[in-house]
Amino acid sequence: MANLVEIRDLKVEATTDSGRRVEIIKGVSIDIANGEIVALIGESGSGKTTIALTLMGHARPGCRIAGGSVSVGGRNMAALGEKERARIRGTEVAYVPQSAAAAFNPAATIMDQVIEVTRIHKLMPPEAARAKAVELFRALSLPEPETIGSRYPHQVSGGQLQRLSAAMALIGDPRLVIFDEPTTALDVTTQIEVLRAFKSVMKKGGIAGVYVSHDLAVVAQIADRIVVLKGGEVQEVGTTEEILSDAKHPYTRELLDAFEPKPRGAAGPAAPHPAPLLEVDTLIAGYGPRQADGLPLVRAVKQVSLKVEKGRNLGIIGESGCGKSTLARAIAGILPAVSGSIRFDGRDLGRSARERSREQLREMQIVFQYADTALNPAKSVEDILDRPLAFYHGMGRSTRSARIDELLDMVRLPRNLRHRRPSELSGGQKQRVNFARALAAEPKLILCDEITSALDTVVAAAVIDLLKELQRELGLSYVFISHDLSTVQAICDEVVVMYAGEKVEQLAAADLAGGARHPYSKLLFSSVPKLDTGWLDGLDHQPELARAFGRAG
Amino acid sequence: MTMTPSSTSTTSIRTSGSRLGYRFNLVGVIGFTIIIAWALVAVFAPLIIPYPVGEIVDLDYFGPMSRDFWLGSDYLGRDMLSRILMGARYTVGISLAAVTIACFSGVVLGMIAAVAGGWLDTVVSRFLDALNSIPSKLFGLVVVAAVGSSIPVLILTLSVIYIPGAYRFARALAVNINAMDFITVARIRGESTWYLIRSEILPNIVGPVLADLGLRFVFIVLLLSGLSFLGLGVQPPYADWGALVRENIGGLPFGAPAVMFPSLAIASLTISVNLLIDNLPQKIRDRSE
Repeated sequence: MANLVEIRDLKVEATTDSGRRVEIIKGVSIDIANGEIVALIGESGSGKTTIALTLMGHARPGCRIAGGSVSVGGRNMAALGEKERARIRGTEVAYVPQSAAAAFNPAATIMDQVIEVTRIHKLMPPEAARAKAVELFRALSLPEPETIGSRYPHQVSGGQLQRLSAAMALIGDPRLVIFDEPTTALDVTTQIEVLRAFKSVMKKGGIAGVYVSHDLAVVAQIADRIVVLKGGEVQEVGTTEEILSDAKHPYTRELLDAFEPKPRGAAGPAAPHPAPLLEVDTLIAGYGPRQADGLPLVRAVKQVSLKVEKGRNLGIIGESGCGKSTLARAIAGILPAVSGSIRFDGRDLGRSARERSREQLREMQIVFQYADTALNPAKSVEDILDRPLAFYHGMGRSTRSARIDELLDMVRLPRNLRHRRPSELSGGQKQRVNFARALAAEPKLILCDEITSALDTVVAAAVIDLLKELQRELGLSYVFISHDLSTVQAICDEVVVMYAGEKVEQLAAADLAGGARHPYSKLLFSSVPKLDTGWLDGLDHQPELARAFGRAG
Repeated sequence: MTMTPSSTSTTSIRTSGSRLGYRFNLVGVIGFTIIIAWALVAVFAPLIIPYPVGEIVDLDYFGPMSRDFWLGSDYLGRDMLSRILMGARYTVGISLAAVTIACFSGVVLGMIAAVAGGWLDTVVSRFLDALNSIPSKLFGLVVVAAVGSSIPVLILTLSVIYIPGAYRFARALAVNINAMDFITVARIRGESTWYLIRSEILPNIVGPVLADLGLRFVFIVLLLSGLSFLGLGVQPPYADWGALVRENIGGLPFGAPAVMFPSLAIASLTISVNLLIDNLPQKIRDRSE
């Protein structure tokens, strides 16, 4: 047997709730050699996770392996009984999930959960397992490897938890580890540490891996070969170098292009007499009960000032928890600021949305990150877009209907989509509806809170292009909040870097890496993965710096 | 969910009712049929009863099932079938009225409390919690004994007893919905509380609320039967099913049909409602054909 994994003509079927059968994997064949890391890459719905799960003989509820074979170490996982599969899982094949936070039991200590595999399979006595776990913690460069196991999952950070779930996968000495988007939910600065730890452990142990991701730049750092998937079929296979430098398939090239968004064409120099549209001055906002000094217990935004000029865009960037979303909520009046002032279009705004006039509310709209929760699942697209038209503009029924068509055209959605409900739309379509609702108000400023973060690279790039186009046509301004540097660079004129609730510095978007002076900005900009296989290894990343700005606990 | 368009081969295994875009399984259909049958009986009872309700027609008491008296006769020799058919009016009618009032008030109050929050939420919640702490049977007994038994009093008492439960249930659901971003969007659009309740929250909780309504209906039927059993429900010569059981309890040692059948009627209605709410029609989301 030459290869550890041989997938031959794999077919997976799903049964929909009307009893219709849909083939979601259509005859995929993949080989993985011993000690090789293969990346499965593709947009959501391309079947990458489904294929990865078949390596453990598992199909998600409602799905079944309909044909072909999945041989791991000479055994066909598709044909084995459930008992034999259970024996192989954890010892031969192990799995690292996307969200480690959801995979750990909050009521048990980390150590008990990490060594659970050895207990289930009776691999070694508990003392030996614990010693081995500590060794793994050290290999994954976790802090305090001796004692971290006695903590509970909520007492470690997200990046640490992700590495701990890798330790959980590795303790049974598997020959193959499946990583299911393990760094997607992490900040760029944390992502680097996690990737490094994974890479060194895998190489040292000669363990084969399957790395599922939609981020080509991350995959470039860790994989030996890349398999590009779309619609349940393999589009292209090649070594990482080949794919990055010489992609053949149009979809792969699209993925590569999406990674390097065209920088925003200069919006022209600022108008000779810049008229600030939005002026925020020493804003403080936070959560929790008021303290004796009149400030809230947790101050998420500390004395931030910024200015947005008409027709220009401001980016706000920082890791999760730095207060960027709170800032947007304070500006929109959702979370009333404690002190500081917000001036919009020459007038002072009330701190809470209740104190603002309907006209003021109309002129400033906010678009949220998760279109899933921002659209009422019980209403059709038509009803969702109809309400702001009736509410703000008091249009008649037929005018509204015509305007809904225009709005759908504006965000490049087919008109016949108007009768659908949000659950019947794709992620990108939902985000467009979400955006169309903001446009329906005919605002002057739109606050975009991580609106592309939940989308695939290709879809996100399309949404960004749309935003730029609408800006040209409608003369809007955006405040664009994101943790993703390249999207911010693609759309903004100026970028504010936030760290721990404070504005660290403000830079011109054209010259982010060169202009950064603050050490945190430098760290942030250098942490963005590049489409270059040697980037991670060649990075002179000071771990002390990363730790200094990392969040403990 | 991964769904690829029609390029894939499709095999159809269809279940009943799927043509309407809904799937309704057999157990649900059975429950629904029994409920509808009882509802029709309640409406048309005066037209179909073989004997007048209050008339003593059998010479024997606790008579057996016979050709003349299909379900036997009661402790005075009245026809059981007629009494059960007429009893459906009271059992189904009073319970339905009470459950409607209870759920409507509870759900509206619950949604208002969830959206408004603050002191209003606290006041309403504490008041209804206090009401909830009184045992339901005891509350019913005291009120009916004090005011006297009449149908409006019964309906109101039963609804007051079940408002706190409906309120708690709706409030819990509405609080979850209230935390969603689309509510925030509507709030900063400047919408009123009434709009938030009616258009944003209600459509999202209506499914669970209907299921809860079914469950509460069952409780009310049982409580009404309980009250009637204690002699505080519908007054003679009319009787709901619970009262029929009480009247004829003396026939239990003889295995008289007069005590079995009202019990079976209560069981069949409550079980059917439970079956229906556990198997409500489900909308089929996959419509790509």
